[in-house]
Amino acid sequence: MPRLTFAAQVYESRENESVLECLTRQGVTVPHSCKSGVCQSCMMRAVRGAPPAEAQKGLRESQQEQGYFLACSCVPQVDMEVTLDAPELFLVPATVQSLVSLSSKIARLRLHATQPIEYRPGQFVNVRRDDGLIRSYSLASVPQQDNYLELHVQRSPQGQMSGWIHDQLKEGDTVQVSTPRGECYYRPDALDQPLLFVGTGSGLAPLYGVIRDALRLGHSGPLWLFHGSRKREGLYLVNELRELANTHNNFNYVPCVSGESGVDGYVSARADAAALQQHPDLKRWRVFLCGHPDMVKTAKRSVYLAGAALRDIQADAFLSAH
Amino acid sequence: MTQSLYETLGGEAAVNAAVDIFYRKVLVDQRINRFFESVDMDKQVNKQKAFLTMVFGGPNNYTGKDMRTGHAHLVKMGLNDSHVDAVIENLGSTLKELGVNDAEIAKVAAIANSVRNDVLSR
Repeated sequence: MPRLTFAAQVYESRENESVLECLTRQGVTVPHSCKSGVCQSCMMRAVRGAPPAEAQKGLRESQQEQGYFLACSCVPQVDMEVTLDAPELFLVPATVQSLVSLSSKIARLRLHATQPIEYRPGQFVNVRRDDGLIRSYSLASVPQQDNYLELHVQRSPQGQMSGWIHDQLKEGDTVQVSTPRGECYYRPDALDQPLLFVGTGSGLAPLYGVIRDALRLGHSGPLWLFHGSRKREGLYLVNELRELANTHNNFNYVPCVSGESGVDGYVSARADAAALQQHPDLKRWRVFLCGHPDMVKTAKRSVYLAGAALRDIQADAFLSAH
Repeated sequence: MTQSLYETLGGEAAVNAAVDIFYRKVLVDQRINRFFESVDMDKQVNKQKAFLTMVFGGPNNYTGKDMRTGHAHLVKMGLNDSHVDAVIENLGSTLKELGVNDAEIAKVAAIANSVRNDVLSR
């Protein structure tokens, strides 16, 4: 098995073990969050020994050339010497402008960044707490309309960051936010294309941003949002979305509850099932799927089979860190 | 020198268009879809892209050994000649939809057939 050298110590790796697993198993602290090659918080640099291509996916070309890689997706093929001298992390301090609860599970966090941050609504940022804990959150705000970064934080069981945000963070406090990244945003290249949005829980955050961005840019095709939760209290921004549907003829909002039936104004079904029942033929549609990983995985397959082209399916699974 | 179908069709963009049609056919084909159910759809799609690039005569790094190791678990699940035939049939109907003529389709099928023994671990 390949050996890793880190800070002048040698670590034996096991079969199919990532650099992140190998080092943390042996007591080395490596910052990390999603463990899926998405959030990039476990970026390391190879000083010796090339990282496999999968470990450099999503990094900028200049970073790849300098040997940066993601420790969570790097199963070493050769002996490597690695360091944690992360590149410029481009962290910007941001202060809490407001923090309100939108439902029993969701808090709306509005941050004021001390330097301007460029982003597309629907992209995500990493939020870093003073002690180094990092989690990714999607942007629900629209820079042309909102003078803050808006994040929707869903309280997850034993969630270190979400629990802290819900219970302890307060107005005026400071966190660090990273450069926004991600492919989940509106591209104004086909204004008449029908758009389908399916989200569960705080998966609404990026969708809320993308939808408002599309409407702002004059999207003329129909937009359908199916937001789902088990119970009504899991849904939020219901009034705002109904209002948005009232003021925009082409925007349709369908709140879905899978664990309750006969509630006026709500469809009793899972959001993805309700969407497909209403729109069984998705040829030519662009589809955005955000939220629970199981929903995203299942829905991705079913919208593809319903005719949506692979390049028109944008899937953002909200992974929870353990 | 004659152009490969890969070049005639338009390279990577054509492969992407073909995968969209081909993988959908495969997933709804009751004879073979159980071999294509994978945890990760993106990974499956990438595998299909590599496969189509190869059978179109495009740049690829496939070796017989890759074919064997890559399909060994499917052979254990019962993968046999009839399933390879079904894949080639779906490939043919995909190309027909894309307007490829029968002579070219036969060439593609011949390349696909050339890896049959490796795929089936024979």
